[in-house]
Formats: sequence, structure tokens, C-alpha cells
Amino acid sequence: MTIKVLYFASLKELLGRSEELVNHEGLNTVEDVWKLVSAGHDVSQQVLYSINQEYASADSLIKAGDEVAFFPPVTGG
Amino acid sequence: MIKITESAFDPWHELSVFQREMRRDGEFGACANFVGTMRDNNEGDQVGGMTLEHYPGMTEKHLEKIVLEAKQTWNLLETLVIHRVGDLLPNDPIVLVAVWSAHRKDSFEACRFIMEVLKSKAPFWKKETLGEKNRWVEKNTSGY
Repeated sequence: MTIKVLYFASLKELLGRSEELVNHEGLNTVEDVWKLVSAGHDVSQQVLYSINQEYASADSLIKAGDEVAFFPPVTGG
Repeated sequence: MIKITESAFDPWHELSVFQREMRRDGEFGACANFVGTMRDNNEGDQVGGMTLEHYPGMTEKHLEKIVLEAKQTWNLLETLVIHRVGDLLPNDPIVLVAVWSAHRKDSFEACRFIMEVLKSKAPFWKKETLGEKNRWVEKNTSGY
């Protein structure tokens, strides 16, 4: 089973992709997912998380079929 | 009403059309509004353009949540939020927040609230064009 992972703004550029499907076996939290997908990249900036389009914290639990997103602090308006 | 638009918009035109079409004549005694416009400079640099990215779906969801919270906190008749995405040029309007109520306190406070929460929670990101280079805006300044 998989989760859909999205990246936005500077994180999308840093990781070189906007979305991907990730096998979530062995992954429990959003932070676990982030460690896996960002491996090998030097991420110095603050990263925000969301699950199914709601803000989440690093220890929020994920399940199959979730849409998880990673992005920098928002700068709209 | 909440609108995300890729095309340039005229906030004053949108305001007047919405106010006419909302059919609240005689009910509202106050309308407060905020228009955010793109500047041609930031942090000492000339800025020639800007690209606004967003998270489709989450953006609308969060704007609806913010407006709902405002409606639960103040006595509001109508609200209008328009936010631009895509490629912008200096002087282009970025955002319009407008609130109608019977009395000014509700309009003033709710308009400020919607704008400030939008700035800190709605998933939009600005990337500035500085000559040949681009730069992501790292954070919004505090409005308070």
C-alpha cells in the first residue's frame, strides 16, 4: 500500500520532484516519511507538514491512501 | 465567496459587482476591505515579477475554514476573498479581503483576522524575479 507525497515551492526544487507514490510499510509518522524522501539532501530550512490537506506535526500518524505534503513556511497575501 | 484566480483582477470592480449582486441593500452599514498589491522592491532589491504557487485543494479548504471561523466570531453578512496565483507584475493586486456587516466593529475586526490568518496559514508561496535570478520569499512579515 502506498501514500501520495507532494512537495511545494523551494522544497519541490530542492528534491527535484513535485509528487510521488511512496510505499508506507515501516513508516509510522510524517517525520518518518520526510526522513525517507529527503535522504541525501541538505535541508536547512524549516519544513511544514500536512496530511490530507490539514496541517500535521512531525509525530502525526500516516496510513495507506493518505496524501502527505511537505512545504516551506507560507508566504501568500 | 472565495476565488483563486490565475488572471489579473481589479479589486475595485470585483467589490462593486459583488456588493450589487449579494442583494443585501439596506442590511449592511459597514464594509471593510484590504487589498494587497505587489511591490517593485523587497529587502533592498528591485523586483521585476513574481510567481505565486499554491496547493490546490488545501488552499480553498483553508480559506473556507478561516472565513467560517470569522463568521462564528463576528456578526457578518457577506465575505469576499480573492487571491491571485501564477505570474504577477509589480502593481498587480495579489489579494482582496472584503467583509460586510451591520456595524463597523465586526467588519474591521473580521477583515483583519481573515487577512492575518490567510498570511500565516493559507498555502501560497511567492518567488521573486530579480533580473536573471529568482528568489523564494522565506517568510511573511508580522502584520501586528
